[in-house]
Amino acid sequence: MLAESLFFSAVLFTIGVVGVLTRRNAIILFMCVELMLNAVNLTFVAFAQAYGAAGQVFVFFVMTVAAAEAAVGLAIIIALFRHRQTVDLTNINLLKG
Amino acid sequence: MLLQHAASAGSHPLSGTAAEWVWLLPLLPLLGFLVNGALSLASAFRFGPDDPSADHGHATHAHPASHAEAQDAPGHHHEHGAHGDDHHPVARHKFANLATLVGPAVLGASFALALAIFFAMQGAHADAPFVQRYFSWMPVGDLQIDVAFQLDQLSMIMVLVITGVGTLIHLFSVGYMQDDPGYPRYFAYLNLFVFFMLLLVLGANYPMMFIGWEGVGLCSYLLIGFWFSEKANADAGKKAFIVNRIGDFGFLVAMFLLFANLGTLDYVGVAAAAPSLVFGGALVTAICLFLFLGCTGKSAQIPLYVWLPDAMAGPTPVSALIHAATMVTAGVYLIARSAAIFAMAPAASLTVVVVGALTALFAASIGLKQWDIKKVLAYSTVSQLGFMFIAVGAGAYVAGVFHLVTHAFFKALLFLGSGSVIYAMHRAYHATHSHEDAQDMRNMGGLKSHMRVTWILMWIATLAIAGVPFFSGFFSKDEILGFVWQRAGHSTLADTTWLGISGRPILYAVYFMGLAAALMTAVYMTRMMIYTFHGPNRTGERERAHLGEAPWVMTGPLVVLGMLSALGGWLNLPSFAKFLGPAHVLDHWLEPVVGPATAMVARGAPEIAHSTEYMLVGAAVAIGLLGIAIAFARLKPAPLVPKSQALPEEGFERVLANKYYVDEAYDAALVQPTVRLSRGLLWRGVDSGLIDGVAVNGSASVARFIGWMGSQLQSGQVGTYAWVLVIGVVAVLGAFTLR
Repeated sequence: MLAESLFFSAVLFTIGVVGVLTRRNAIILFMCVELMLNAVNLTFVAFAQAYGAAGQVFVFFVMTVAAAEAAVGLAIIIALFRHRQTVDLTNINLLKG
Repeated sequence: MLLQHAASAGSHPLSGTAAEWVWLLPLLPLLGFLVNGALSLASAFRFGPDDPSADHGHATHAHPASHAEAQDAPGHHHEHGAHGDDHHPVARHKFANLATLVGPAVLGASFALALAIFFAMQGAHADAPFVQRYFSWMPVGDLQIDVAFQLDQLSMIMVLVITGVGTLIHLFSVGYMQDDPGYPRYFAYLNLFVFFMLLLVLGANYPMMFIGWEGVGLCSYLLIGFWFSEKANADAGKKAFIVNRIGDFGFLVAMFLLFANLGTLDYVGVAAAAPSLVFGGALVTAICLFLFLGCTGKSAQIPLYVWLPDAMAGPTPVSALIHAATMVTAGVYLIARSAAIFAMAPAASLTVVVVGALTALFAASIGLKQWDIKKVLAYSTVSQLGFMFIAVGAGAYVAGVFHLVTHAFFKALLFLGSGSVIYAMHRAYHATHSHEDAQDMRNMGGLKSHMRVTWILMWIATLAIAGVPFFSGFFSKDEILGFVWQRAGHSTLADTTWLGISGRPILYAVYFMGLAAALMTAVYMTRMMIYTFHGPNRTGERERAHLGEAPWVMTGPLVVLGMLSALGGWLNLPSFAKFLGPAHVLDHWLEPVVGPATAMVARGAPEIAHSTEYMLVGAAVAIGLLGIAIAFARLKPAPLVPKSQALPEEGFERVLANKYYVDEAYDAALVQPTVRLSRGLLWRGVDSGLIDGVAVNGSASVARFIGWMGSQLQSGQVGTYAWVLVIGVVAVLGAFTLR
């Protein structure tokens, strides 16, 4: 049971990473980050089942922080869109050397 | 003073006497410097509008530097003709009265204290030096240098000369400088000079002497360039300073060698350890030669004498005090102080003798054709210093110090007398707004009827320096020449070789060079007197009415110095003059300090035979009188014309008038190559090219390039950053996994 759970979360995480690396839309990028977070959560839960409840506490922390992060991140994206009329990250490159 | 070791002087016969106050000797002039310096600065940095009560608007200007009047002070060329007729040239400083009170008073107090210590010493019969330690200055490993004063018979003599003659010259300055806008500054420098000079002679070790040595150099620089608003004066100051640096290098190296080989720099320790050196060895010879290099700078000997004639750009009392009586004799003091080492190095001592003799002869010959009254005296000083070095080199340390003292008397008198003449000339030219040279003897002549006191006193000094019997210079110069003759017969110097030549013929040659220099001395001094005081007056019709004697504050010190010049010989009468008073006073007085070294050089030589002695004295007297006679017979003031109408000299006279072109030769051989090297290689090559180009700008370029490379990674693309991040994570994880 543990092995399957871990394999599944690894797949989820990889999908998230590939999404972050390949997509250019900020919203999709954001969703991929959430996917990675939840892959980690799944690992925590799987381990918690095998080794005790401490892992589940972490999951609540991660979900709380992710919620706050989502709120701030979406707000930034909205502000960005209002300013530049786009959320394509290749066009947003002011901070360069 | 609280740190003073009570034990250090506990059992000395001088402890508990006035000698305990020796620290106050230099401190008094230092106090005068602080007060006068404060007065000078207080007037320089005055805020707010000018004092409305001042009647001369220009006289209250903040700083003499910005002032045309600084150039009109006496003792100074003013061919530039910059001073307008509407300008009153006098600008008496508003604190002048206070400076007059402080400046000479601290010197007088110092002199009084020196006398008290002198009398305490006379009663105490102290054979060992009285050393007073104040605090440890440089305790570094084996190197222990204390701030300490050493009082012995030699430093006592020097202190008496410095404070005594110094007081007289300070008094003279009150009159001479009275209308100078930089009056308190002048006294501040002069007091500071005396402070450093006393430090030089009182210090108990070589580093202490070096502080004084450098300090007097600084004051000399400041006072030569006292009227610094004219470039020539500032240049003369710089020249003196830079030439002296070469000598100081020698002094420093000698100190390093002394410490490295003897482990101490205290006079007492060095004198005790000196016999352990190899007699005549390379090391002791090197130490002595390096010390002597220091002397050639400070005491203006060949090859470093060139700064002293230029130093006449300073006020005349400065020339009297620093460049005749005290500072330039520091080299003689240094060798007398280091007698124990020099006695161990006959070859180095012989070098001193030869250089002294060459300088005496060379400078005297230049003095024959100078027209500037101060330049005559400057070359005369160089020449007389040569005599002193002949003496201390030949191991006649007492004779050297004796000549130092008598020279301080008569040369100070000559300089102050010339100052008095220049003062009168300047006043006369000033009254008629003429821009003639007040120092050129061609513009003088016949001054004896205008300045009787100065005339008589200058003749006394001239007879003294020319070696006319019973004047001070006669005894001291005679003693030097007698000693050279005696040393040539029997001494360590005569037995050594110098550059492959035996010492004996060299010493006989030096004796005759000394006689020749003495002859020239008599000639050029008499020439100076004839052209200045005798014959018709060439100053000018209108100016003649304004010529006159200086005020008493100036002639008073001259009278005292005149008496000293006449009677100074009584300090050390030779045996044959016993009928005049007690003989060999100075010999006995200095015996504890230089006696052993003198005996070592003399190698137990017998006293010189009386017949020989009479012959030597006869020769010296004949030479002096012959010189005066030649001058009177050959030099007629009648055909002289004022400077403005004078023709340039011809032939060898021109070579002499141009000082053998030594300055030009130095300029071409040393100064210009140095300047070219500095400009071409050091400035453009090393400084601009290597340091600025490669080191400073080069390292900046490297940093900038690395920064540019780093900045290229910052594309602003979040995707790229994410790729870098992931690759990094994979790499780290992979490294951990595969380990």
